[in-house]
Amino acid sequence: MQEREITHLIEDVRVGKLPRRNFILQMVSLGLTAPMASMMLMHAGVAQAQTAPTYKPTKRGGGGALKVLWWQGATLLQPHFANGTKDQEGSRIFYEPLAVWDNDGNLVPILAAEIPTKANGGLSADGKSVTWKLKKGVTWHDGQPFTADDCIFTWEYAKDPATTAVTMGIYKDVKVEKVDSHTIKVTFAKPTPFWATAFVAAEGMIIPKHLFAPYIGDKSRDAPTNLKPVGTGPYKFVDFKPGDMVRGEINNNYHMANRPFFDSIEMKGGGDATSAARAVLQTGEYDYAWNLQVEDEVLKRMEAGGKGKVHIIPSGDIEFIQLNFTDPFTEVEGERASIKSKHFAFTDPAVRQAMSLLADRKSIQEFIYGRTGVATGNFVNNPPRFRSPNTTWEFNIDKANAVLETAGWKKGSDGVREKGGKKMKFVLQTSVNSIRQKEQAVLKQACQKAGVDLELKSVTAAVFFSSDVANPDTYGKFWADMQMYTTTMTQPDAERFMDQYTSWEISSKANKWQGRNMCRWSSPDFDKAYRAAEGELDPVKRAALYISMNDMVIKANAVIPLISRPRVRGANLKLVSTLSGWDLDFSTLQNWYREA
Amino acid sequence: MAGSIPASVTASAMPETAPTMRARHLSPAREAWKRFFRHKMAVLSLVILVSMVLLVVFGPLLWKVAINDIDFSARLKGPSLTHPFGTDDLGQDIFARMLYGGRISLAVGLAAMLMAILVGVTIGAVAGMSRGPVDAALMWLTDLFLSLPQLPLLLLLIYLFRDSLKAAFGPEGGVFVMIVLVIGGFRWMPVARLVRAQFFSLREKEYVEAARALGASTFRQVVRHILPNTLGPVIVAGTIDVAAAIIAESTLSFLGLGFPPDIPTWGRLLFDSKDYLDIAPHWALTAGTAIFLTVLTINFIGDGLRDALDPRKVM
Amino acid sequence: MGSYLLRRLLIALPSVLGISVVLFTVLALAPGDPFEELATNPNVPAEVRAMLRAKFGLDDPIWQRYFHWLTAMLRGDWGFSFISRVDVDTLILQRLPVTLVVIGASQVLAMLIALPVGIYSAAKPYSWFDRIASTLAFIGFSLPTFFTGLLLILLFSITLDWLPFVYRADISATGWQWWWEHIRQSIMPVMVLGLFQGASWTRYVRSAMLDVIRLDYVTTARSKGLKERVVVMKHVVRNALIPVVTLVALQMPAVFGGAIVTEQIFRIPGIGSLLIDAILRNDTPVIMAVTFVFACLVILFNLIADLLYGWLDPRISYR
Repeated sequence: MQEREITHLIEDVRVGKLPRRNFILQMVSLGLTAPMASMMLMHAGVAQAQTAPTYKPTKRGGGGALKVLWWQGATLLQPHFANGTKDQEGSRIFYEPLAVWDNDGNLVPILAAEIPTKANGGLSADGKSVTWKLKKGVTWHDGQPFTADDCIFTWEYAKDPATTAVTMGIYKDVKVEKVDSHTIKVTFAKPTPFWATAFVAAEGMIIPKHLFAPYIGDKSRDAPTNLKPVGTGPYKFVDFKPGDMVRGEINNNYHMANRPFFDSIEMKGGGDATSAARAVLQTGEYDYAWNLQVEDEVLKRMEAGGKGKVHIIPSGDIEFIQLNFTDPFTEVEGERASIKSKHFAFTDPAVRQAMSLLADRKSIQEFIYGRTGVATGNFVNNPPRFRSPNTTWEFNIDKANAVLETAGWKKGSDGVREKGGKKMKFVLQTSVNSIRQKEQAVLKQACQKAGVDLELKSVTAAVFFSSDVANPDTYGKFWADMQMYTTTMTQPDAERFMDQYTSWEISSKANKWQGRNMCRWSSPDFDKAYRAAEGELDPVKRAALYISMNDMVIKANAVIPLISRPRVRGANLKLVSTLSGWDLDFSTLQNWYREA
Repeated sequence: MAGSIPASVTASAMPETAPTMRARHLSPAREAWKRFFRHKMAVLSLVILVSMVLLVVFGPLLWKVAINDIDFSARLKGPSLTHPFGTDDLGQDIFARMLYGGRISLAVGLAAMLMAILVGVTIGAVAGMSRGPVDAALMWLTDLFLSLPQLPLLLLLIYLFRDSLKAAFGPEGGVFVMIVLVIGGFRWMPVARLVRAQFFSLREKEYVEAARALGASTFRQVVRHILPNTLGPVIVAGTIDVAAAIIAESTLSFLGLGFPPDIPTWGRLLFDSKDYLDIAPHWALTAGTAIFLTVLTINFIGDGLRDALDPRKVM
Repeated sequence: MGSYLLRRLLIALPSVLGISVVLFTVLALAPGDPFEELATNPNVPAEVRAMLRAKFGLDDPIWQRYFHWLTAMLRGDWGFSFISRVDVDTLILQRLPVTLVVIGASQVLAMLIALPVGIYSAAKPYSWFDRIASTLAFIGFSLPTFFTGLLLILLFSITLDWLPFVYRADISATGWQWWWEHIRQSIMPVMVLGLFQGASWTRYVRSAMLDVIRLDYVTTARSKGLKERVVVMKHVVRNALIPVVTLVALQMPAVFGGAIVTEQIFRIPGIGSLLIDAILRNDTPVIMAVTFVFACLVILFNLIADLLYGWLDPRISYR
């Protein structure tokens, strides 16, 4: 996929030969995100598709209570302190950003009057600033007007290191100025093709200046509003018990006509995914359930109850295996998995190829994930015409045997292959999760047939994903031969996604294992392409660079992608929800309603 | 009495008895033997438990189906000739998995129970006899163990000692020793407090006073006169501990702290089966029944033992 | 007696302090990091995590953190949660009523089952009643609560559709309706916990009774011609209560501590679920507060048990 081809496609979209949605799909399949693809079109001057959601209710309220289940309950309701998406979702009931991403990667205005474009003068020609026009007549839940001052304050609040906001990364390098009472200008230090970060989506929620102003910086924890949010959203705050319950009631002054439909909302936390699915699909006690990581077999049986159904929303998450390029079990200069060491097997390309051949993706999809996962040997899934011929996947034990045999790995008396006295015994670690343990079992069996012995190890997620320096079992340290987890690509821009294969991100003792490159694969070509993309202003050229980087990783078999995982949610049959794979579940909560 | 338990019968259940006492009290030992064998349920239970142990030890040699043989065409099948206990959701043979897992579950259950009881009885007896500062110190220790949050402590212990235990006992042996120590080490406190409370009451009873007046040593008072009468709650605690240890083992491996995830222990089988309870009840039933049988047999053996040790039988 | 109590209370103080030192050390050394969730989000720069650690004092030496905690605690300041940034005492108070009601009710249920069944079983050992009760008790504690809870849900919520299985602490209904809803949603969790506890307590009561029934003085009482009922109730039960009191005292702190598994299954917002969430996220201030209160209760109830022994059996002397 070259830059020229992408330009052609964009041209096709502009003249109407190629549907916009198809273009986005193709870009997503190449490992980009829908928002990135959408940004390319906008940069080329193609207008956004304004797909107005079908919203049937003709009056505000009257819909009763909306009851949703989050098996990890929200623990705090201040969006700039959010520990994870559960907290962002809880905050999003009350707070709103200027715009959100819909499922096709379109920017949809919420508190913005319109989406900035070149045509309406919102985007500067040099790519260094964006001017947002704010919606007029919006009030906070306490009746105060919402103005540009609130946006400026949110920026000042989040960028202040003393506040230690988790959104600091987004706000610290931009400058926000007030143009007039309802216009703001966001200026970037350097030309930024992907400009929709500040005030957009999950990290963009705006907080009221009049309530938070005394609590900026060091005193941020003392703000009473941290626990009693006052926002502009469709529901007003009623009650909050951390980890258990968030309750809200209808905002009768909401700034969109006829919205919201429900009179109150109740977000219950705790429990596990299976019983959450049960409460929505089987008994109908609840209307909506988040993240149903449950075997499809079980979900289907619950759906048969006829109370609810499973929604599957395409997203960029991929379950994959990383192969360690360094030796995790010997210390070199006082460090395990030191970059100075070499893995006895995985530095051999033939072994990596064989390991990829031994991943029975089809069975994993068919018998474990069902509808909730799509087998993939690549970050590139569809459509066929873009599928690179040397990155296809297959499951072939005989071929894997042959590859290993030719590479000189001979079977020993115990049936395990060896070369130079080193046996092919690998430790495969992952987090504790019944689906992952089944994947491990499937992988182990296939490897056994090829003379590769896998020792399975599972680590509780709280430890596996922690950044604790003292802990030997974290995925950052990767002190095992192979590890498996899901890499998420919900960040709209690929820059923070692709850096996980750069040589300077290699996880090591020196950076306290905070580096993002855990398999410790590196390639000068990849580094060069990444650096080039960093300074590239043209979004199309940039996209082409990312696609080529993606191909490098896959062709080297540095990682073995297994399953592309869409988001899985459960909802009552009558609930109409507008869900996006690129933003929060509640990104367009105001549009949710129940059919009669 | 207590000191006269023949090591031959009960070595598996009560290794804490001093074998040196055996020679001096040969005839009461034979009597205890007899009494044990008069307890029909106890004998039957012993037979069942021994055959379960034999089955899990030698079964896998006869039933040669691999525990991790995945067969997607035979998922969640009920019992049949090829799969006597049916299959799980990956088409793996539950019978083979039960046999293999039984080794670990039975060993962990029994060893952890013995450890809990041994530690509990010792601490309880010492505290109950000594009173004063020794009692206070031991009860402080008990209170401490009761109030420690287990999960963080487990994580800590495992990260501190996993590698050295693995080095000392081999990978599987190391995990086994660790699990037994961890589970046993967290279950002795109720036993200790029960035994101590019984001691408070019993040591003031007439017959103990009589023994004391006759010049019996403290050790002799304890072993011959008090301990046998505290065994009732201890046996109950033992049976409960076996079940709890089997389940606790699965919780540990579920937290990634126990055996590798592909080792099918009984607790783990029960846990994995729970989401399929309505379409594949055979799966849960096998694991549940196995744990239940173990608990049942151990309890009756315990009852038989107590009757054997105590001449004033109720039956 | 009075001086004994005073002495015990004086000992209790250093014990509590000692336990708090051990607890704090274990928690501080245990692996984990409260900002683990942030680490998985590439949009959050690593320096934010480092700044948070510094801000919450996680990088200070352990002894310094302990004294900081201790002095704050003595002033009545329980600290705040690293995760929700809410004061710990608020978090605990939010969850205390539900925990007391659900766990308390289940303990009462367990006692109501265990005492009569255990006593009757022991009075007529190896009768049919005893055999059936024993078998049920064995089943009761062989099956873990995660399993029995699920069985009840499948039966009463899915198949029969009688009871809800998601527990809601705040029900908007009023009057009788409010009571009715609360009772309905509490039935299953109380049953699961109460039957599990009751099963093991039944065995203890039965065995304690049997032990006493064999003792000489009971035989003496019987031979004096006292009615069997009087013998059992007056002479046997009182002495047999010593182990029972021990067990109940051991179990009482759980009424505060909650039941982790059952709370998870039924989504009960009790202290057990607060604790396990805090543990999984390494939210040290919350873990420390909950376990510390728990430890105090353990010491308190075991002390009460020690005093009750003397009341149950006057021959027990306090020295």
